[in-house]
Amino acid sequence: MQRILVGIKRVVDYNVRIRVKPDGTGVITDGVKMSVNPFDEIALEEALRIKERGGAEEVVVATVGPADCQQQLRTCLAMGADRALHVQTDARIEPLAAARVMLKLVEREQPFLVLMGKQAIDNDNGQTGQMLAALWNRPQATFASKLQIDGQKAQVTREVDAGLETIEIDLPAVVTVDLRLNEPRYVKLPDIMKAKKKPLETLELAALGVEAHEQLQPVRFEPPAQRQKGIKVKDAAELVAALKQKGLL
Amino acid sequence: MSHRILILAEHSQNQLSVGTAKCVACAAGIPDAEINVAVCAADASAVAAQAASLKGVSKVLTIEHPAHAHALGALIAPQIAALAGAYTHVLGPSSTFGKDVMPRIAALLGTSQISDIMAVESATRFRRPIYAGNALLTVEVTAGTKVVGTVRTASYQPAPGGGNAAVEKVVSNVELPTHTRFVSVSAAKSDRPDLQTAAKVVSGGRALGSAEGFKILYQLADKIGAAVGASRAAVDAGYAPNELQVGQTGKIIAPELYMAIGISGAIQHLTGIKDARTIVAINKDSEAPIFEVADIGLVGDLFQVVPEIEKLLAG
Ligand SMILES: Cc1cc2nc3c(=O)[nH]c(=O)nc-3n(C[C@H](O)[C@H](O)[C@H](O)COP(=O)(O)OP(=O)(O)OC[C@H]3O[C@@H](n4cnc5c(N)ncnc54)[C@H](O)[C@@H]3O)c2cc1C
Repeated sequence: MQRILVGIKRVVDYNVRIRVKPDGTGVITDGVKMSVNPFDEIALEEALRIKERGGAEEVVVATVGPADCQQQLRTCLAMGADRALHVQTDARIEPLAAARVMLKLVEREQPFLVLMGKQAIDNDNGQTGQMLAALWNRPQATFASKLQIDGQKAQVTREVDAGLETIEIDLPAVVTVDLRLNEPRYVKLPDIMKAKKKPLETLELAALGVEAHEQLQPVRFEPPAQRQKGIKVKDAAELVAALKQKGLL
Repeated sequence: MSHRILILAEHSQNQLSVGTAKCVACAAGIPDAEINVAVCAADASAVAAQAASLKGVSKVLTIEHPAHAHALGALIAPQIAALAGAYTHVLGPSSTFGKDVMPRIAALLGTSQISDIMAVESATRFRRPIYAGNALLTVEVTAGTKVVGTVRTASYQPAPGGGNAAVEKVVSNVELPTHTRFVSVSAAKSDRPDLQTAAKVVSGGRALGSAEGFKILYQLADKIGAAVGASRAAVDAGYAPNELQVGQTGKIIAPELYMAIGISGAIQHLTGIKDARTIVAINKDSEAPIFEVADIGLVGDLFQVVPEIEKLLAG
């Protein structure tokens, strides 16, 4: 079966204003809206489009995390994924552990393509896709803004500092996606009803033989320094004068 | 205990990146640091000489292979992983180059990565931004674990020159994969200063309305010797190319002057300019969030204000 595996993460919604807990032990997540990481939605959208073009037969979404993550997996099923895999754990999962979990799922599902977001907007690590590619000993194409599959190969255009880079990779491979790859579809109500009947399988982290194995201990969370309140000028002349005074013009 | 630090050099067209010199500055903050730089290239001589001249670098290692003519993470990672055994820390810049390759190196070494290091508290304790810079996290690496990290270049000044390190060729017997091949890169050639390192940046948003509209920003930028930047909305709409995007998913910059013109100031945009010295905002909406971070704000129509500024500078 021609299968695409999509890794997703449950994160604080991108519209939420983040606040650090007063005791510095984390950020406030109680009662805060949670969503599918926006980059992962784009990864899923791309997988669905490949399938709709006849380039894949099945799209499987997977995540690792606590029981609540099933809400986001259901959202993905409503978007159009065929099946979901939930690797359940309450432990803190670093990217390396997430990549090890994904490798186990890759071995099980044998996808020809793994799609993931280029980073999750909570920890902004941007590591899991590359780590999976390394452990799997397969190509990686990060920051994709265009993906063309051609038999056993793919051409990927990447958003890099210099501009746009195109590389060719052999499949199977890991592709991490950037924002301009596509615009994800909206979920319609009937799809949400249908998604309730789609298969969602729960696996225990330990049963996969992966340990959470934390290497980085959080010591302290703090808010960033606030900028000092600035001044308002009333027109272009005042602006130019203010900048000249600061020696900036 | 002394620490041995390996920095992966970033370079293109025989030029070492400023980001690499900033990694050296970051590494110099680790106590008792012995700093080496590794250069993967088809011909490493010019880049190695530049790296050798950075103050604080004690040795430059060159790994030459025709396949390194283009920087491909899947080819560089196993080379660096093979060298890493002798080091306590492996660092690279958090440019798209470093973000691509460093996690691959970390995974080959079986270690977690610390992304976007903005401050070094000790050899094992580092600070980094999370949630688009809306929180700062200090992490401690478990004892005995190799540290692999990317350096948030906007947080550092480049290490100065004046060094004179030895250059050593590494004979590598790592087999390079052929599954990843470079095809092309399209980069607009420009005489303007580089967005990443420019002292002044003029940046435009959705309000510019078209690629044509963006021209007034280029004119202003040329007049004051600034680089041009853009919001995601402006890039998505095709008004500006992707390499000009500033923010969480674009470039993180620290210019002396940042002029945000017709940009609302979404948190994902502000992430990219937290370290700008002076922020100027020109926006017709006095409630726009950009004014909360602006040092100098001007409420007005940019299509009127920007040409006026230009005229004032000409006179
Ligand atoms: C995961 C994620 C990552 C993101 N990453 C980035 C990123 O890296 N960089 C980034 O920039 N954004 C990023 N965004 C998008 C961000 O949330 C905003 O949508 C975007 O920054 C808005 O761009 P803008 O300010 O140009 O447009 P708008 O928000 O539409 O603002 C336009 C502004 O122009 C003003 N205006 C209109 N006409 C005039 C006029 N004639 N004169 C003066 N002012 C005028 C308006 O008052 C308004 O404030 C990201 C979003 C997500 C979800």
